[in-house]
Amino acid sequence: MSTRAATAAARPRTVPVVLGAAMTAALVLACLASAGTGAYDIPLGDVVGSLLHRTGLGGAELDRVGESVLWNVRLPRVVLALLVGSSLGCAGALTQGVFGNPLAEPAVIGVSMGSAVGAVASIALGLGFLGTWTVSACAFVSGLVTVLAVYALSRSGGRTEVVTLLLTGIAMNAFAGALIGLGVFLADNAQVSQIAFWQLGSLAQATWPKVLAVLPCAVAGLAVAPLYARRLDLLALGERPARHLGVDVERLRLVLVLVVALLTAAAVAVAGVVAFVGLLVPHLLRMVAGPGHRFLVPGSAVGGALVLVSADLAARTAVQPAELPLGVLTALVGSPFFFVLLRRARRGRGGWM
Amino acid sequence: MLRRRPRPLPQNPPPGTVLAEARALRVVLAGRTVLDGVGIGVRAGEVVALVGPNGAGKSTLLAALARDLPAAGGRVAIAGRPAAEWGAAELALRRAVLPQAAELRFPFTVEEVVRMGRAPWAGTGAEEEDDAAVAEAMRLTEVAGFAPRPFSALSGGERARVALARVLAQRTPLLLLDEPTAALDLRHQELVLRVCRERAAAGCAVVVVLHDLGLAGAYADRVAVLHEGRIAADGPPSAVFEAEMIGRVYGQPVEVIKHPATGEPLVLPIRDGRNFAP
Repeated sequence: MSTRAATAAARPRTVPVVLGAAMTAALVLACLASAGTGAYDIPLGDVVGSLLHRTGLGGAELDRVGESVLWNVRLPRVVLALLVGSSLGCAGALTQGVFGNPLAEPAVIGVSMGSAVGAVASIALGLGFLGTWTVSACAFVSGLVTVLAVYALSRSGGRTEVVTLLLTGIAMNAFAGALIGLGVFLADNAQVSQIAFWQLGSLAQATWPKVLAVLPCAVAGLAVAPLYARRLDLLALGERPARHLGVDVERLRLVLVLVVALLTAAAVAVAGVVAFVGLLVPHLLRMVAGPGHRFLVPGSAVGGALVLVSADLAARTAVQPAELPLGVLTALVGSPFFFVLLRRARRGRGGWM
Repeated sequence: MLRRRPRPLPQNPPPGTVLAEARALRVVLAGRTVLDGVGIGVRAGEVVALVGPNGAGKSTLLAALARDLPAAGGRVAIAGRPAAEWGAAELALRRAVLPQAAELRFPFTVEEVVRMGRAPWAGTGAEEEDDAAVAEAMRLTEVAGFAPRPFSALSGGERARVALARVLAQRTPLLLLDEPTAALDLRHQELVLRVCRERAAAGCAVVVVLHDLGLAGAYADRVAVLHEGRIAADGPPSAVFEAEMIGRVYGQPVEVIKHPATGEPLVLPIRDGRNFAP
């Protein structure tokens, strides 16, 4: 307890600013590095040059192969990692805030798998009513249904107990897993391999149309989320006190559940179930910069993007020429962290679990 | 739609204005009638204590005055307007509520928690008062000394005072406090009731649920005694503290004596002396 008090006491107001700037700088570097690194290496200076050239700010064009690798293979992938990562980080921070519980995260409570059900259904049934947006839209609808169900099932008396929430998540994941199994059973061979690969969580087939497919969901969610940050702070006092301070709690909850569904759908529709980013990032930021959501919500978006861009770079360079599935990598790193959190929750740190 | 619209700020009400009122109020919780036929009015400049045995409906009445609970019958008005007609944001500029138990889901610091009390004023002209209001609230409740500590690291009594500081920082003309002294030591109990008196002197209406009849008698202008969902007595302590009625309401014989120096009524349970032998 005393170490905790000491960290908080030594937490000046500049910490969020410095941390935000550092993460943004690291994110820019990671993006450039990821764009330049791979089977065909492009020096950092050339990446910047080509970016400047295309945006009409000077710089120089690369040779034909380099230009094609950078613009058709690497950059869509980097942009997709940015969108997916920021969506996951932000969705994690919002879920924790709405549930008032630092263990809540879309993948842990079953919302990611719920979104996956919609995505699998649209692939297996060969749906295409919304063009490239079909998978995202289906993932959004089933994710929304799931998050509402989890919310309704895991709350009692205005509180969400950790155990109830995790058990609800287990049940939801099992149910969603069964539905996905059903989808796989109904699919033909080509669809099955498409589903299987997508389910592992990978950005390998990144293209600009895919970026466009998730852009609306991700941007809408990321733009709306920070507007509710202060009200999320007040929600930490409990529902009644938040209402006493002028928060329309029902509306807040409804909007944020919609936003979480949007962000999760954006991530899941392209990258499958990438677990633990939304758990790990807000948690680490909260430890360093405090629990204020005005930093935590946008900070988790930047942090999530940084983690995912770096993880994707690692996934495709660690075991070259093969490529690790991204979801496998984040789960490998994230699961031990989850164990640590659970142990700390059991020790009951100050009763904020 | 997403931003808060500018709202007219409430004017400071003149002394004597009725800021919270219940008329023939009936409240039903889980099929049980908890309050029935309750009428009470609280004016700017006075401290009203709600007392009564456990389960008499004190907290329920406070929650109804705060618009936490809907009325099954009768009516509740806050600042002269039916409670149901207020928007949440407008109401937050007019009444502040201290809940019985303070909880916090994330490790915010004490100062951050107190500053949350200023949230209703965001985007209004009163936002400039934020720092002053927070500092004053922390000084009055003597929590400034642990401002940078996380709320979760505090003792029960310290948490209760921080919660009160948050309510004071809200600077509303109506204060509804549910057992603010429950977890406090002798000195801080007196401190909290003195703060209530100061707020009343500054023109606020203060409703406070108390268990300690001594505190109610010493600090309240009026005491309302609740008994089985009804108001059994309502008036100045000297009139309300009457041995037969208090004894009947609490199911415990009491005697009421006058303080030898101040003359204020003291309610003492009648005990069989210190002879605990069988």
